Amino acid sequence: MRSPAPAGTLGLWRRRLLPPLLLLLVRAEVLRCTQLTFELPDSAKQCFHEEVDQGVKFTLGYQVISGGHYDVDCFIEDPHGKTIYKETKKQYDSFFHQTDIKGIYKFCFSNEFSTFSHKIVFFDLLIGDEPPILPEMGNRVTALTQMESACVTIHEALKTVIDSQTHYRLREAQDRNRADDLNERVSYWSVGETVILFVVSISQVVLLKSFFTEKRPTSRGVSS
Amino acid sequence: MAGVWARRLQAAMWHQALLLRLWLALASVEGLYFHIGETEKRCFIEEIPEETMVIGNDRTQAWNKQTETFLPSTSGPEMHVEVKDPVGKVMLSRRCDSEGQFTFTSHAPGDHQICLYSNSTRMIIFAEGKGRVHLDVQAGEHTNNYPEIAAKDKLTELQLRTRQLLHQVEQIGKEQNYQVYCEECLHMTSESANQRVLW
Repeated sequence: MRSPAPAGTLGLWRRRLLPPLLLLLVRAEVLRCTQLTFELPDSAKQCFHEEVDQGVKFTLGYQVISGGHYDVDCFIEDPHGKTIYKETKKQYDSFFHQTDIKGIYKFCFSNEFSTFSHKIVFFDLLIGDEPPILPEMGNRVTALTQMESACVTIHEALKTVIDSQTHYRLREAQDRNRADDLNERVSYWSVGETVILFVVSISQVVLLKSFFTEKRPTSRGVSS
Repeated sequence: MAGVWARRLQAAMWHQALLLRLWLALASVEGLYFHIGETEKRCFIEEIPEETMVIGNDRTQAWNKQTETFLPSTSGPEMHVEVKDPVGKVMLSRRCDSEGQFTFTSHAPGDHQICLYSNSTRMIIFAEGKGRVHLDVQAGEHTNNYPEIAAKDKLTELQLRTRQLLHQVEQIGKEQNYQVYCEECLHMTSESANQRVLW
């Protein structure tokens, strides 16, 4: 015969197993963080779609890393097709919005104004709030201990550090691409200058030679 | 007696971790998606430091011409994924597994290119250019599944938080080392341009 379970352990078991089952049924809101870098060809448009519930906050941040004048058009449409954000020829920007309607939101980037430069665009889409590290921590009723609240503070500060690092990494990539472009242009210019220098000097020599060659019969009398 | 209940509690935590993983897998399928043509190849760039794990999830949704809707993700054709390292060497080139997941660890720092394309001969799938690809790519610290780690290593909440902080700090350190490497490249390029202008 089985001995009865200690009441505290059984309650703990129910508390640990029930929330994820409920979450499966209810499909609670979860943080979705997507960071992608893609190449946008000239005269092209690329769109990304995401289904978002009503009343959810989302943030879209984007930055052009390389190509042309480092600018791109961006627009966001809600499920009814209404444009909620539209910017043209922006190098980087961030847009925060709280949704009014549930449905599929469209995030588009366009390089249609450019005829020959490919752009590389980085975007970061953050939807919802960060969930607790373990599901049952969301049902907590007691206050956090000092250690736990210190850990939470450090976690938030480190998230800020990581975001800041990402921002500076992108800026550095942008500067590196500009430096590479500059280096390439300088090397083409210097090769071109060298070629022109040789062509001009050779043609000058040939031209001078041609003067003396033509005037040879008459110049013998003059020079001697 | 207490041991029996402790084992049952541990089993419950394992189940919870598995359920959460299943739920997260389903939730990620509903994430960001884009349209892709039949023979189109879509490439994404991940700028990552060395020894960083990257996990990607991609699922396709087939277009049902009769009902004019997209079918559930499990019925779509499998995508091929090709990953190239910063020097252009192919690191990974295979079909995604049944869960639509692919994983790789970078050996060199820099831009890794992840390309997706479909080799499907089922022409109707991408007819009228209507192929939906759900994609989610996570790198570094975001690849850690904390409920699973807690269940496997039997950690308390505080220990798990500390483990998370350790992972975050490790990622920051790797990114900083990568920045040192990038800055060196930039310095050499600038010096080279300067020399050319000078001469």
